[in-house]
Amino acid sequence: MDKAPGRADTRLRSGCLGSEVPALLLRPPETAGPGGAYIADRMANFLLKCLNLWLTEIEKSVESTPDRQRSHVCWSSAMKEAISLVQKLSAHPDSRCWFVSWSPSGALLASCGGDKAIRIWGQEGDSWVCKNVLQDGHQRTVRKVAWSPCGNYLASASFDATTCIWKKKNDDFESLTVLEGHENEVKCVAWAPSGTLLATCSRDKSVWVWEVDEEDEYECVTVVNSHTQDVKHVVWHPTQELLASASYDNNICIYKEEDDDWECRATLQGHTSTVWSLCFDVTGQRLASCSDDRTVKIWKEYPSESGDLSWKCVCTLSGYHGRTVYDIAWCRLTGALATACGDDAIRVFREDLAAHADEPVFSLAAQVKKAHCQDVNCVAWNPKEAGLLASCSDDGDIAIWRFQEED
Amino acid sequence: MSGGSQLENANPVIFQRSGERQLTAADEDEDVHDPIDDREIFDLIRSISDPEHPLSLEELNVVEQVRVQVNDAESTVSVEFTPTIPHCSMATLIGLSIKVKLLRSLPNRFKIDVHITPGTHASEAAVNKQLADKERVAAALENSSLLEVVNQCLTTRSV
Repeated sequence: MDKAPGRADTRLRSGCLGSEVPALLLRPPETAGPGGAYIADRMANFLLKCLNLWLTEIEKSVESTPDRQRSHVCWSSAMKEAISLVQKLSAHPDSRCWFVSWSPSGALLASCGGDKAIRIWGQEGDSWVCKNVLQDGHQRTVRKVAWSPCGNYLASASFDATTCIWKKKNDDFESLTVLEGHENEVKCVAWAPSGTLLATCSRDKSVWVWEVDEEDEYECVTVVNSHTQDVKHVVWHPTQELLASASYDNNICIYKEEDDDWECRATLQGHTSTVWSLCFDVTGQRLASCSDDRTVKIWKEYPSESGDLSWKCVCTLSGYHGRTVYDIAWCRLTGALATACGDDAIRVFREDLAAHADEPVFSLAAQVKKAHCQDVNCVAWNPKEAGLLASCSDDGDIAIWRFQEED
Repeated sequence: MSGGSQLENANPVIFQRSGERQLTAADEDEDVHDPIDDREIFDLIRSISDPEHPLSLEELNVVEQVRVQVNDAESTVSVEFTPTIPHCSMATLIGLSIKVKLLRSLPNRFKIDVHITPGTHASEAAVNKQLADKERVAAALENSSLLEVVNQCLTTRSV
């Protein structure tokens, strides 16, 4: 069980491209001469066995695959050194830590959890320490926190059905306003890159878009009900006013503004269970999703003539994660893809840049199997310092990691 | 559950309770490491009360020791429970009670999966999905009225 999963050939297992393989194997046997039919029959049996064996091999290849490329060997042997622990913080003791978020400058880390509190962490010397505790804002679990693009505001989403906006004043935070409207648990909050729009989502199946004016007034501009279940996550495109949401209904929705109204313009179907989190790459042309079906999917935008948005799944990473994948983070500096999993592990995947853009290949570059004592809920790359990764867990801890790049 | 409400299954079949665990010499030996086994998990959940009847889940055959799978080395516990009727509206609550009991009793390292016995409930997939969603479970347990009902089920009656 302790075998490190090698990189399985993602192309073989990506649903989009799997069809070419059986065709190859089931090619009619080239047998001639007397007793041809019998031999053909034996041959077919043999091929079937091969096919079965091959299918098992694929399953095994997930456990350990000989590296296809020599350059990957360095990664394998260096795997243990690739992620090193910088510091562990008992962030939300006797509770769970649900989420962490780096401030845009990368200097502060906000965490939230089941103890209804938000904590702000900063660096003093070489170590990370708690700078602020934001309490009394929420009556129940604080599920997620998000920094405004300017770094002066923090939004927090809670199971108490509200979203709090906090304003940073010198070294302190004060509660500015409370956004009400969702019927029950708010699961996520996210600021648009402009800082003038905010999105929230809830178990009430809706996604709300809020507009912020210069007087710090918040007004709900749209309520969209495109999901049929609990909406778990919302995330904005890095440059455009394009919003994506993930849900318990197994789908991802992508929204755009149309005549002052936000509408779902694309529904991405493919996951077979709850989609827990989403992350755009640095350009916004691709979206990574992670799910309770224990897979990660990469979606790519394609131009379409109808004007509707067209997103297709171009890669599925399966076999790596032992339980639900709760979070995914795509580093905007290095392109590394990190995941947080219910099997207590964190993993980092690297893209093979030689692969075709329509068939991207990701391989496991490094993992920490017992990153935490319990489920890992969140991973977040520092936006300024390449390779600095924060994770948090049901055990209440935050861990800061350093992912070493290959030379 | 109020006195006047109609019971969904008014006359359930009642099953015999199993006896106490037979202690072995190794159990008594302090120097022997006792891994958590199926019987230990079963003992934790068999006395949970049914939300509708003054009976335990064991007496209603909702839980059975053969439907408990423990792997102490890998820290996993899997429990299947069988609702008394396929349309039992209490299935989620029963599953939640089992899950909460195990979450409260077992070391944190355990991954706890609670499912409906395959083929025994009309909304099997939906109930299983909800029980597996820890965010939904966490939110449910912050709801004081729901928590009260769960705690009632977990109040051990004299066995």
